Order: sequence, then structure tokens, then C-alpha cells
Amino acid sequence: MKKNILGLFALIALATVFSNCSKDEEDLSGVGSLTIEFDNRAGDAALVFGNDYKNAAGETLKFSTFNYFVSNFVLIKSDGSEYTVPKDSCYFLCKHDDPDSREIVLNNIPAGDYEEIRFMIGVDSAKSVSDISQRTGVLDPASGASGMYWAWNSGYIFVKVEGTSPQAPLDPMLGENIFQYHTGLYGGLTSPTLNNIKTVTLHSHDEPAQIRRDKEAPTAHVFVDVLEMFTSPTNISVAVNPTSHAGPYSKTVADNYADMFKLDHVHNH
Amino acid sequence: MRNLCKNLLVASLLLSLASCQKDAPQTPDAELKFSVPKNFPAPVYDFTKNEVTTAGFQLGRRLFYDAIFSRDSTIACADCHISFSAFSHVDHPTSHGIDGLFGKRNAPAIQNMAWRTTFFWDGGVPHLDLVPLNAIQNPVEMDELPANVVRKLNRHPEYPQLFKLAFPERDSITGASMLQALSQFMNMLVSADSRYDRFVRNEPGNSLSTDEIAGLNLFREKCSTCHAGELFTDQTFRNNGILNDFSLDKGRNEVSALAEDIGKFAVPSLRNVEKTPPYMHNGKFPTLQSVLDHYASGIKNSPTLDPLLQNGIALSDTEKKQIIAFLKTLTDENFIRDVRFQKH
Repeated sequence: MKKNILGLFALIALATVFSNCSKDEEDLSGVGSLTIEFDNRAGDAALVFGNDYKNAAGETLKFSTFNYFVSNFVLIKSDGSEYTVPKDSCYFLCKHDDPDSREIVLNNIPAGDYEEIRFMIGVDSAKSVSDISQRTGVLDPASGASGMYWAWNSGYIFVKVEGTSPQAPLDPMLGENIFQYHTGLYGGLTSPTLNNIKTVTLHSHDEPAQIRRDKEAPTAHVFVDVLEMFTSPTNISVAVNPTSHAGPYSKTVADNYADMFKLDHVHNH
Repeated sequence: MRNLCKNLLVASLLLSLASCQKDAPQTPDAELKFSVPKNFPAPVYDFTKNEVTTAGFQLGRRLFYDAIFSRDSTIACADCHISFSAFSHVDHPTSHGIDGLFGKRNAPAIQNMAWRTTFFWDGGVPHLDLVPLNAIQNPVEMDELPANVVRKLNRHPEYPQLFKLAFPERDSITGASMLQALSQFMNMLVSADSRYDRFVRNEPGNSLSTDEIAGLNLFREKCSTCHAGELFTDQTFRNNGILNDFSLDKGRNEVSALAEDIGKFAVPSLRNVEKTPPYMHNGKFPTLQSVLDHYASGIKNSPTLDPLLQNGIALSDTEKKQIIAFLKTLTDENFIRDVRFQKH
């Protein structure tokens, strides 16, 4: 019995030494994961479909669709070194009415402290024209990308925002006052087109995302403010420009939504 | 009389020999593979990603003739792309689709697709595999969701087995398989056996008339900047002055959003042009004569008018006739009548 108790003490002592060791020199080997939560907002409030919000032009908007592609994630450490998420796992389609789609997980990230996240709003040109059999899941134009793909102008719709507003003109077909912004265009393959791909860099001002082997993935909490699409640099009025698709006005829309992503905080578990 | 019979016998024997010496007669189920005609450049399509196989081609052909692609199973690809007009649509300036609705553009020929860099009059689609998605989803063509077509195919009594034959390594029918099978069929639609082709390849027993040769020379001098090379198109987008108001259809601008593209449309190939009236994106001209009259004296000015056409193309009546005579040598009867490309 006495021997057993002594053994227990020895074990505890040993365990303490080991845990101290790991605290002093953190184990930065191996890989871990990062979760990114996209939390859709409308100004200061959470975005709820059907609720009334005001845009910068003072118009009252009710939203019914808010979908966006985010892709090509790069994580950046304080020393500037970068980790690029591989192509086979870097495309995500986030839909407001599908909360699971807005919580994405990046895996196999080398352990370390990451201060910045860089990504694209949209789908890059190479992927937009890649071999059809390589485009699966949310990139499959014949299924997963349904509603987020232009068949007549081959390419993905990067950001899709739809809703109603009393200030928008009446759509005679639908009998509703609608606004509709479908933004795409990756720059063209053989002949140039407008390029509306936007790259966003989010900086963590408080603490970096500490990615460790065998540790729960930290969560980056990102606010996505749909009202930002209606302002800065240009105020968009649903009365004046109620719709935009692949036309020249899409540049105004894309320039506006380029700053709708904000990193609210990073949660290290 | 006996002599006549004997002569006939000899003649028919000779004929059958002659046809033996030529390519073996085509049968619908013959083994086939894609090959590049001697006078053609290297294809654009990457066949390493989707090689043409006999099973894949036959599956693509069946799909091409099947109305399963349309919402109400009334419209097949072949309804607007008819073999006898080089897989284009004659009679109507623009083609009609589901519910009798008309589109705003003239259905183009499907031929020599493997050499194309873009598709459709505005070049909105840069890859052959993506072409069918456009017609399937267009509300005035087939008005159906590709995902629904894939579901219908998977539930079909015969298609799952046909897809297994064409793509043995794939478990179920996917959108990609459906599109790749259609590409295999379309890639085989090669037209390179016109009288012109046999003339330029110096194949025996084929010559062009004096008028046709004069037309060829005029064509090379006056038309071949845009209708370039053996494909008879430089695959650019140009405003050829058929309109000066493009508010109904802005052409290339509708997919590029660039102001300089307003009123520009793809330069079409002229192969089988005799068989593909009407002409232009809106089907404005019913005859080749009306097309040449336009270039000679009908050009309308607008800010994006092609610089080469600022003063039209000087053509006398005789020159127009000679050019038309030459254009008819681009008709490829063997392509149009090839039984492998017909419905079975």
C-alpha cells in the first residue's frame, strides 16, 4: 500500500515536470485546424431574413437571399510567413439560410500563431474554367453551385443579395418591389472581361489564432455586414439601381462589398 | 441490250470498288476515334481530360437526341441543331424552344467544336464541356435545372448502364459525366471533307471550277482577315455593321461588361455556310447574296464598328457571284449525311 502511494506521488511529480516542460517550450510541431464562423450582420444587428433594415441611402430593405463564395485562404504569421490552404480544400459557399455552410474548417495547418487571414470573395479564374470532372461539391455547376452559377456566362456568382424594398420599383412579373444583385466575372479566359474578384485581409488585433497539434481548433469570428454592400465607396440606392448582374454596374457593387468582412475576434480554446 | 447489261454490271462493279477504296462505309455503331484532318491546326480541346471512346460517343449521341434535358421533355439538343443543316437551325431567324418561345439569337452550327476557344455568339462560355448547361437552363430553350436532368438520368431504365459503359470507373451518373459524354459526341462532329478540303489537300479527282477558284482568291484577299485559316474564323468578336442600335442585344458586352464590346459578336466559321441560313446573330440575312450585299453597301456605322469595315468591302456583282460559288465548295455532304451522327 505504502509502496503504491509512493508510486502515485512519483507519477504526479513526473506529470508536473512534463506539463511544465510543455508550457515553457510549446510544442509547435505537427498540424492543427482553424474554424472560421461567418456571422451575417446588417449594420449593428444580426441579419434576419424578413426584418427591416435601412441602407445608407435611407431606404428600407428586407433581405431574402445572402450567399457568397469565399476561397483561396492564406494564413499569415506575425513574421510574415504564410500558409496557403491547398486548392482541393479552399472553396466554400456560405448561404445565410444554411448556418452549417457558414462555419468552415481549415485543416492541416502547421502549428503556430497566425495574425492574419487572407481570402478571396469569389472563385479564382483558373478554377472558374477548370476541367468539369474536377469541380465537385459546391463548385459543381450541375448541382452544388446551383443558383450560384451563370451558364450563359460561364462562371460563378460570387455574391448574391436579394430582397424587397418599398423604394425599389415594382417587378411586373413577380408583383413585388424587388432588388437583386448577382455579382460575378473573373476576368475571362481567352478574351478579357471585367474582373470582380476581391481579396480580403483580416487582421487580429487582440490575440493571434494559436493553432496547435492535438488542441481544439481556435475560432475566428467574422462579421459579414450585408449593408456594407450598399455603401463605401458608393451609396447604392435600390430605387435607382435595383438590379445588377454581369453588367458594368457590378464593379460598383463589388467595390462596395469588398469591405463587408470584419474579423470581430479570435477565440483560442 | 446484253452489252448494256454488261456495261451496267461493270459500272456498278467499278462503283463498288471505288467506294471500297474510299473510307469504309460508315455504320452507326462503328468503332471510332478522334483524328485531326491533315489541313487543320492542333485542336484546343484537351482530350487527355476526356478522350473520345466509342461508348462515350454513342452515349453522347443518344443524349443529344433525347428531350430528357428539357423541363417538359419536349426539346432535345437536336431540335435546334439539325444534322442536315450542319447541326444548326434553318427557317427561323432565331430558334424556338420550350412553350414555343423564341430566343433572341440564331442557333449556330455545331461543327469542329474541338478547335473553338469560346462558344455562343457572345463567347460567354470558354469550354465545350460547359456549353450544354447554357441551353438546358435558358428559360426559352430547355428551362430545366442540370441537377434535375442528372436525377432523371439516374432513375432512367437504360442510362445508368450506358454511363457505366462509357465511364466504367464512376459509380453513378454525375453532371460531369453527362457533359463529358455530350462533348465526346460534339467533338466527333468534324467537317473537313468538303470539295474545298479535297482541293487544298490535293486529293485526286477533285478540282474547283474557274469561278470557284476566282472566288477563293477573292475570299483570301477580302474576307480572310476575320474568316481566317482552315476553320474560317479568327475566333474574335467584331461589330460587322449589321445594326447601329444594340439596345436589344449588346453581344459580347453582355458577358464582358466592357464598353468597347457593345455590338460585337463572334466571327462564325463559314464551313457548310450554304446549309446554315439565315445568317448573323439575329438571323437578319436569308441568303448569301444578302450577306455579300451587306458587306459591299449596307454597313451601318456605330462607335464599335470594326475598323476593317469602315468603308465596306468593295465587291462587283461578278465578284459576289464568284465568292458565293467558292463558299458553296465548303459544303461537306459526307459530314451532313454521316449516319454515325444521326439519331439511332
